[in-house]
Amino acid sequence: MEGTMTTLTPVLTRNWDQPDSFTRAAYERNGGYQAVRTALGMNPDDVITAVKDSGLRGRGGAGFPTGMKWGFIPQNSGRPNYLVVNADESEPGTCKDIPLMMADPHVLVEGIIISSFAIRAHHAFIYIRGEVLHVIRRVQQAVTDAYAAGYLGKNILGSGFDLELTVHSGAGAYICGEETALLDSLEGYRGQPRLKPPFPAVAGLYGGPTVINNVESISSVPSIISNGAEWFASMGTEKSQGYGIFSLSGHVTKPGQYEAPLGITLRELLEMAGGIRAGHELKFWTPGGSSTPIFTPEHLDVPLDFESVGAAGSMLGTRALQIFDETTCVLRAVLRWTEFYAHESCGKCTPCREGTYWLKQMLARVENGQGMEDDIGTLNDIADNILGRSFCALGDGATSPIHSSIKYFRDEYLQHIEHGGCPYDPAKSTLWGGVK
Amino acid sequence: MSFDSDIQGRLETDAKDIIGRYPKPRSALLPLLHLVQSEDGYVSKDGIEFCAQQLGITEAEVTGVATFYTQYKRKPVGEYHVGVCINTLCAVLGGDQIWAELTEHAGVGHDEATEDGRISLERIECNAACDFAPVMMVNWEFYDNMTPEKAKQLVDDLRAGREVLPTRGAESLSTWTEASRVLAGFPDGKANEGVQAGPESLVGLELAKENGWKAP
Repeated sequence: MEGTMTTLTPVLTRNWDQPDSFTRAAYERNGGYQAVRTALGMNPDDVITAVKDSGLRGRGGAGFPTGMKWGFIPQNSGRPNYLVVNADESEPGTCKDIPLMMADPHVLVEGIIISSFAIRAHHAFIYIRGEVLHVIRRVQQAVTDAYAAGYLGKNILGSGFDLELTVHSGAGAYICGEETALLDSLEGYRGQPRLKPPFPAVAGLYGGPTVINNVESISSVPSIISNGAEWFASMGTEKSQGYGIFSLSGHVTKPGQYEAPLGITLRELLEMAGGIRAGHELKFWTPGGSSTPIFTPEHLDVPLDFESVGAAGSMLGTRALQIFDETTCVLRAVLRWTEFYAHESCGKCTPCREGTYWLKQMLARVENGQGMEDDIGTLNDIADNILGRSFCALGDGATSPIHSSIKYFRDEYLQHIEHGGCPYDPAKSTLWGGVK
Repeated sequence: MSFDSDIQGRLETDAKDIIGRYPKPRSALLPLLHLVQSEDGYVSKDGIEFCAQQLGITEAEVTGVATFYTQYKRKPVGEYHVGVCINTLCAVLGGDQIWAELTEHAGVGHDEATEDGRISLERIECNAACDFAPVMMVNWEFYDNMTPEKAKQLVDDLRAGREVLPTRGAESLSTWTEASRVLAGFPDGKANEGVQAGPESLVGLELAKENGWKAP
C-alpha cells in the first residue's frame, strides 16, 4: 500500500439520489444544459481540442482516445457526418450505462448535442438495447423534452446549429455492441461486423463519416466543457485520465456503482463495498466484463487503469468487476460465459462460429467429469485459433476466460478430470446458500 | 394472409412515422418488426409481409433479419414474457436454481408459454443489472434481487391476474404487445413512473456523501 487512499468522485452519479433526477427540470436545476451553451459559442475544433486535452478515453471497453476519434472525421467528404451512441450495454458484468440512462438521460442528450456540434453532425442516433423497457421510456422522454426546450431541432439556442436525434431500440443481439455490427443493425440488417478498413470515421453509417461512442464517454463530455480539460485530467493516472463508473457485482457485501478516478484498486473498492460477503474469500474476478481475462487475489492492488491492467495481463474493459468467492467453480463460470459467446456469435467468421461451438462442448465435458487431461491443451489450442483470427472482438473476447482460467486454475481443471466431476456445490454460491 | 384493412391502415400510419425518423427507409426495419409484434404478439406471416411492403424489400429479407434477433418471436409468447438471467454472475448467485424451480413450477421450459397463454419463460443473457443479481425480467421490466420463492410467487400472481410491479420500472406492468409498441418508438406516457435508481445504483454516491468525498 502506498500513498493516500483513493476516494470516490461522483460526477455522472452525483444527482442519482434525487427522486426526479431523470427530468429536464431536475437536470437544469443541477446546472444541466449550461455546458451546451458554452460549447455552441466555441469553434467546433476547440471543442474537439478540449476533449483531446482532457485525455478522455472510450468508456465502452476499448479505451480509444475520444477526441482523437473525433479528429479523424473528415469535414469535406461530401457526405453527412453522423454521431451514433452505443447504448447496447450487454457485456456480461457491465451495468453502468443502463442505470445512468434511467437516472439521468439528459446528461447523455447534452453530451450528444455538444459532440455532434464538434464533429459537425446534424443527425445523431442512440442505439439502445431493446431489453430495457423503462430505460427506453426515459431516454425517449428526455429527447422529446429536449426538442420542446429548443435543445434539439433547428437553430439550437439561436446558434444556427441544427441537430436531429433518433432513439433506436435494438432487438436482442450482443454482437450489436460491436460498432460496425451496430451500424449494420441500425441500417436495418442482421447485426454482423464489417471489415475494417474502412473505419467508421471514413465510411460508417450510410457510408458517411461516423463517430460511435459509448454512453458514458458521451455523458462525460458536458463535465469537460463546464470544468475544463485540466480538471478532468487532474483525476486518474498519467495515461488513463478522469473518472469512471466501477460496477461491483457478485459475492460482495454491497454490490453497486462506485464512481472513482481511474487507477483505483479492487482492494480499495472492496473496502468501500464492505468486503467479500461474510465468511468467504475472494477467488477470482473480472476487471472489465467477461471478455477480459480473469484476475485472482494476487491482482488486488493492480491500479484499475488501461495501462496497469494491460500490463498485468488483462484489460480494463468496462470496469465491470464481477466478484466470485471460493464457493464458485471456475469451470462452471467459464462454461457459462462460453455458452454465451457461442450463442451470440453472429456466424460470419469460421474461427468464432466453429471455435465457440467446440469450446462449449469440450468445457461441458470437463465440467461434467468426462474430460481427459489432453482436453486442457485442446481448449488452449482452440482458443489460440480464435484469438486474432476472428472478424471482430467477440471472438477474441471468448478466448479470455478460457486462457486465463487455465493459466490460474489448471489444478481445478485437473481436479475435475481426476475427480470425474465437479467438486463444488452450486447451492453454496447462491445469495441464500452462502451463509456460514 | 394480410392484415384486415383497418389494422393495415392504422399500421401504415405508424410505419410512415417510423420511416420518417431515418435518412434511409431500410433503417426502419427493426422498429417495424417491433411494431408488427405489438399487433400480433410475435412476428407473424402478416407482419413480415407488412414490413416487406412498407420498405419495398422481399419477405425473405425481412425474415432473414427477424430471425437474427432474439427479441423477435416466431410464435406467440405469453401475455407476460418472463426472463430469468442465466449468464454466469446471475446463474452463480442463484439464477440457475431459480430457473430450475420456476420451470418445474410453471410446467413450461425455455421459449414456451403456459396453456392459458398468460406467461412464457425464457433463459435470458446478461441484462446489465448485475449488481441486482439474480435478475428477472417481465416484458423487459426489471425484477431485481430475486429468489426461487419470489420467482414462483411472481409467476403465480401474473397467472392469477394480480399485479406485480417491477422493482425499477413503471407503476403498472405493460403487456407484451404494449411493451413492443414502446420499443417501436411510440411512448406510453409512463416515463415519469417508478424510481429514478435502485438502492444498489446509489451505494457509491451515498458513501461519498457520508465521507464528504467529491470530484475536485
